[in-house]
Amino acid sequence: MSRSLRILAVFLGFLLVWEAGTRLFDVPTWFLPSPSVIFVELRSDPMLYLVQSLDTLATTMLGFGAAFVLGVLLAIAIVYSRLLENTLYTLLVSFNSIPKIALAPLFIIWLGTGLQSKVAVSFLIAFFPIVIDMVLGLRSTDPEALNLFKTMHGSSFHALTKIRFPNALPYMFSGMKVAISLALVGAVAGEFIASQSGLGYVILTAQGMFFTPRVFAAILLLGVMGTILFYLVDLAERLVCPWHVAHREEEVAAAARG
Amino acid sequence: MEVVPLRAPVAASGRPLVEFENVEKVYRSKRGDVTALHGINTHIGDAEFLSVLGPSGCGKSTLLRCLAGLEKPTGGDIRVAGKTVSGPPDNLGVVFQRDILLEWRTVIQNVLLPVEAQRLRVQEWRERAMKLLDLLGLKNFENRYPHELSGGMRQRVSICRALLMNPNLLLMDEPFGALDAMTRDELNLELQRVWMEDAKTVFFVTHSIAEAVFLGDRVIVMSPSPGRILRTIKIDLPRPRDLSIRETPEFGAYTREIRSLFQEMGMLRAR
Ligand SMILES: Nc1ncnc2c1ncn2[C@@H]1O[C@H](COP(=O)(O)OP(=O)(O)O)[C@@H](O)[C@H]1O
Ligand SMILES: [Mg+2]
Repeated sequence: MSRSLRILAVFLGFLLVWEAGTRLFDVPTWFLPSPSVIFVELRSDPMLYLVQSLDTLATTMLGFGAAFVLGVLLAIAIVYSRLLENTLYTLLVSFNSIPKIALAPLFIIWLGTGLQSKVAVSFLIAFFPIVIDMVLGLRSTDPEALNLFKTMHGSSFHALTKIRFPNALPYMFSGMKVAISLALVGAVAGEFIASQSGLGYVILTAQGMFFTPRVFAAILLLGVMGTILFYLVDLAERLVCPWHVAHREEEVAAAARG
Repeated sequence: MEVVPLRAPVAASGRPLVEFENVEKVYRSKRGDVTALHGINTHIGDAEFLSVLGPSGCGKSTLLRCLAGLEKPTGGDIRVAGKTVSGPPDNLGVVFQRDILLEWRTVIQNVLLPVEAQRLRVQEWRERAMKLLDLLGLKNFENRYPHELSGGMRQRVSICRALLMNPNLLLMDEPFGALDAMTRDELNLELQRVWMEDAKTVFFVTHSIAEAVFLGDRVIVMSPSPGRILRTIKIDLPRPRDLSIRETPEFGAYTREIRSLFQEMGMLRAR
């Protein structure tokens, strides 16, 4: 836990320098509000921030959830179908180099300005890391383990559920950790371009009024939300694949020892 | 220490369980064909321990994989209990050189994998699994994960897994090749003990002359390019054999015979 304490200390130090700096140099609030001003702003209208945070959270979770379910299913299909691998997977890998955010405005054309477009943007951007990591994980199965399973007269369905899928779990979680952060990015981007609600919308409207403390308050909440979501995925990983986490931590410790 | 009652040494009975008839395996590739096996004729008697010995590349693994139904011979016929092999035979246990433990499963869950593969009730096999773990010196390790075990312990787990459902045919591909000499000796003894308690037909691949002679009822000596059988040697040493048997003149005679065979073939340089 000393590591979390250190991070907290650094963060508090950062706020302190920020606070002192803005006061010392008399920085105008519309340009850069001090942390204390931001906190005051947060407390002035907690309901607004709560409602808008939950709105963004809902968009993120819908986008992430859809990306997760479809991504995992598609990865399985790709690994089992040479045809899908040669067509869809090839296409996905080449599309992956497009900044997906650039496609966001298209969704307004296709889906209008509402929940669907926001979720669609969030989904699209979170989808890629899940499919790609999951395919990698399913492919990384030791072929000798599959052979051994054959000699036990296991069916190929059970080879998937008992060997390939569990083998891919650590890869799946590393994809999910990237995806959860990206889902939030996608949700905010969706709110920027196509929404009347959510923290992204709050940022955009406050910016229009040069109401900078509100912009920062919303950014702060996004940061908190992103951190919590990431650690929830991390926690899920610990619960679902304890063997892998233990193994990884041993390796990290060994590397630290030199 | 608990004394395990041993069955009387099992004589290989008349009818062979496994028959190899003119087995040939050619791997075809763009850079040319490799004849991994050529004209393999042999058999394994019921409850016989057959050691398959040869330098690397002589086709030992290929022969094992053909018998396991993982590869198809390009010629000849392999029969188990009179039936031509066209997929993994029933009642088969396999141990590879690498232990192939599933890292996400505990020791006991790994041992019980064959039961799950056949969609039987895991509970009914648990007791036998625990007994096997106990027999192989893994008592109290059943809830550990593989990464917490040493190489020797991991290979013991994979042996338990292969033995769990009481296979009548056990295939082992250099199972102790990656272990240090002491662990290897220990596991040789344990394997013999397990085999004598409940005799199964064993196809045991090794590249160690001493190991082949120590464990086998019979040793087939193979040579490479193309992989073929040079000689079959019956090992008439009383069982149970203990490690000191390796110092006896009889044992020495067998290992000398094999070594000079390899020397003749130019596979071992004479000193
Ligand atoms: N899948 C394969 N494709 C092509 N050649 C192979 C394959 N497997 C084995 N061989 C070749 O067959 C020969 C016998 O190999 P193997 O059975 O692994 O020998 P051993 O187990 O005795 O070391 C070697 O020359 C090897 O290169
Ligand atoms: Mg081999």
